[in-house]
Amino acid sequence: MVNMRRTDTNNPDYYHKVVDCQWACPAHTNVPEYIRLIAQGRFDDAYIVNRESNVFPGILGRTCDRPCEPACRRTRVDGKPVAICRLKRVAADHKSDIKDRIPKAPAKKNGKKIALVGAGPSSLTVANDLMPLGYDVTIYEKGPRPGGLMRINIPAFRLPEEVLDEEIGYIVDMGVTMKYDTPVNSLKELLDTKEYDAVFVGSGAPKGKELVLPGRYDTDQVFIGIEWLESIHFGHIDSVGKRVLIIGVGNTAMDCCRSAKRLGATEVKVIARKTRKYFKASPWELEDAEEENVEILENLSPVQFVVENGKLVGMEFDKFTSQEVDGKLIQEPAGRITIPCDSVILAIGQENAFPWIERNIGLDFDPKWDMPVVDKDTFMSTREGVFFGGDAAFGPANIIWAVEQGHQAAISIHKYCIGESLSDRPPRGQTLASTKMGLHEWSYSNYFDPASRQKMVHVDLPVRFSKMTIEVEKGFTEEQTALEVQRCLNCDIETHFTDSLCIECDACIDICPVDCLTLTENGEEADLRTRLTAPALNMEQALFVSSELKQTGRVMVKDENICIHCGLCAERCPTYAWDMRKFALHLPYAGRPAPVETVAQVAQVTS
Amino acid sequence: MSYLAKPKVHHPSLKPNALGLTRRDYEGALSTLCAGCGHDSITAAIIHAFWELDIEPYKVAKLSGIGCSSKTPAYFLREAHGFNSVHGRMPSIATGAGAANRELIMIGVSGDGDSLSIGLGQLCHAIRRNVNLLYILENNGVYGLTKGQFSASADFGSTSKKGEVNEMTPIDGVTLALNLGATFVARSFSGDKEQLIPILQAGLQHNGFAFVEVISPCVTFNDHEGSTKSYSYTREHMIEVVEADFVPIRSEITTQYEPGSVKRVQMHDGGMVNLRKVAEDYDPTDRDKAYAYIRNCQSEGEVATGLLYIDENGKDMVEQNDVVDAALTNLPYSDLCPGSEALAKLQLRFR
Repeated sequence: MVNMRRTDTNNPDYYHKVVDCQWACPAHTNVPEYIRLIAQGRFDDAYIVNRESNVFPGILGRTCDRPCEPACRRTRVDGKPVAICRLKRVAADHKSDIKDRIPKAPAKKNGKKIALVGAGPSSLTVANDLMPLGYDVTIYEKGPRPGGLMRINIPAFRLPEEVLDEEIGYIVDMGVTMKYDTPVNSLKELLDTKEYDAVFVGSGAPKGKELVLPGRYDTDQVFIGIEWLESIHFGHIDSVGKRVLIIGVGNTAMDCCRSAKRLGATEVKVIARKTRKYFKASPWELEDAEEENVEILENLSPVQFVVENGKLVGMEFDKFTSQEVDGKLIQEPAGRITIPCDSVILAIGQENAFPWIERNIGLDFDPKWDMPVVDKDTFMSTREGVFFGGDAAFGPANIIWAVEQGHQAAISIHKYCIGESLSDRPPRGQTLASTKMGLHEWSYSNYFDPASRQKMVHVDLPVRFSKMTIEVEKGFTEEQTALEVQRCLNCDIETHFTDSLCIECDACIDICPVDCLTLTENGEEADLRTRLTAPALNMEQALFVSSELKQTGRVMVKDENICIHCGLCAERCPTYAWDMRKFALHLPYAGRPAPVETVAQVAQVTS
Repeated sequence: MSYLAKPKVHHPSLKPNALGLTRRDYEGALSTLCAGCGHDSITAAIIHAFWELDIEPYKVAKLSGIGCSSKTPAYFLREAHGFNSVHGRMPSIATGAGAANRELIMIGVSGDGDSLSIGLGQLCHAIRRNVNLLYILENNGVYGLTKGQFSASADFGSTSKKGEVNEMTPIDGVTLALNLGATFVARSFSGDKEQLIPILQAGLQHNGFAFVEVISPCVTFNDHEGSTKSYSYTREHMIEVVEADFVPIRSEITTQYEPGSVKRVQMHDGGMVNLRKVAEDYDPTDRDKAYAYIRNCQSEGEVATGLLYIDENGKDMVEQNDVVDAALTNLPYSDLCPGSEALAKLQLRFR
């Protein structure tokens, strides 16, 4: 039997993982910190904390895929996560003029020139990180305006144009050279100019998947989802049939069905191959679509488009029955059905397309997927000096991943330009500072607020359908914000244990409202997990284990799973062995390594 | 203490007992004792013991006198009856309450000052009468509320926080109780719930006076070098002579013991206590031997702990006095007050 080792809390990963939202966020946004700032009405500061890591708080506050929310500890405590995403929007909506807090490009350039292909979130992030270092950055964009899919694929009723313009403007206004309506038709040509020290490809995954079935080309009423959304955006399409079928049930499908409603469709059905549990769309996007009376039909697989006299009249599907056996979906055929319709939108996925990258320039493509070979850490392709990020690197994901990959690519580009090893990634750092203000006072609100999650108020249906650009979500009111911020459990205020101070009085164990703590004999992790005050069954959540304590040789064990960070263990601790310490994760950015030796501590830490 | 009330939120695995109540339902008000006080741990053990025994809080009376220890009944069983008496007078209140309502489950919490100084005489007579009460003496060897003077249980030669040496011999609650004929005598430590909880449960099921001394360090005034009631001193010097395992009436006995190593004692209500001897030649059913053994430990500088003596054959106060077999409150008025004729008849007996 191998006893558990003393948890290494000097490794930034340990406490970072306790902050579930920050750990789940690809860009590791410091969520609890900005929620506390919102609670104090410091919207500017909250916005800047956000922008540091995710660059587009206003945009993401409306459109993010929110990997943070399913991870939120509050879900495990009372069922619903903190409305992190919509609080982000609160900071963005209520901030004052923060222009002078946005990094600026220095007057003196560093002499290096970088070309970015595509003006989507990943390229913009690269520009955001490199401009302040003195780089001369040029963005090539095939369209007339910047933003990429954020602008042309996300409908304006979800993301108003002003928000896009403002946040992209902060970057472009640093002095980025924007070449609009300038598609790059040959990477070779671009490289051959030898004008640029490095090239970053952030051109996204711009091709919607096709569904070639009988009848596909016998009508002009079948559209590819992302192209259709783009045409709506540019005003090329302003109407659709009365009865519309959307094939596919991802987030693009949700944007399509809701757009169709605004173009005058009265009967909109979304067709799903599987059952709801397997839908790709985020649950909240499904709810928003259903609120607009969109019907979602399960267990249907397209067979053919039914076209009569050149007119689309319906679509035929195979029907299935579904049942779950041992966690697997078993589907059996159950006949056929034809659903009448006037238009069909295909939203079954996106693909990458690189017809403009020559295959003989030393930039390897994976033969199976026809995707460029890109290093997962450095984001450099096999051709030196050519980097990829966002959907262009590893296929369709989401905005927040594009941002994070932009940050990483910017680090690599900077290292490349100053001649440093790319694979030598800069480490993260942490600061731990006591929040103790007095005998039982802390510099954070440690009271557990039992408030339930605030519901976003939406614009009334007839009003929102009247125009494509009416934003559906009204944003939280002041009262809602005040309640929602208090739901955050402050997971970054860490329960920090100093082994040598513990006298094993049990006070922390007795007071803990959620039975996190145990003093027991050490053991193997699997065994230890069963021997705690409350069994630690969530294997994704770590156990903190102290060294052997001096009086009895037992260890202090904390199951991080349900801890509400109320600080009562520290309030009841007579010897200050438990302290509530604010954890700050320091992330490295291009040209700005994280301070790694900044452990500010009040009491002496023992191993 | 802490200023923040313990949040209502709980761990999803928190189990209900047979009554559908969770451990949290047996809690009381927020403790105002010092952080790390042994008394708070005893409170947690009491909560656990009542919860596990499926006792309805409204059937319980919690009684206390004055002192840090005597504040603690406020911190458990918020739905139980309670009486906070004059200093040292809790045994009298318990005696009266037990006489009036023999169905009450009574728990008295006292301290070394309340029990061994001002209330020593009261304690002695409650033991003598065998009042049906779980009596917990939270012993920290110091007057914490008045800032750290030696109490009657402070050991000879131990020092105060400021270094003053105690020149008086202590009064030991356990040997005192044995001497006075208590039918249930135990000693435990606030820092050892595994030992304490089964003892409390057995004490609650005992028919008669259950005396449980719990060494309960005072973190503020008596947890220093030179103290004999500190966490570290107690851990170094306590020896468990008998390990008690309380088995409630409805549970099957699943623990396996080596033959001959365990003594089973049938409790009044049908539950069972398994007493596993840790020290050889210790017999928790022989008062004289137990007394001698504990005295011997004392002279060796050791603190004997465990369920030290038990006798389930004694008659408790209401049996001794032939009290009517019901709570007085449940008797019809005509029985409680049978009228002047009956009074005259009664008086005749004393003429």
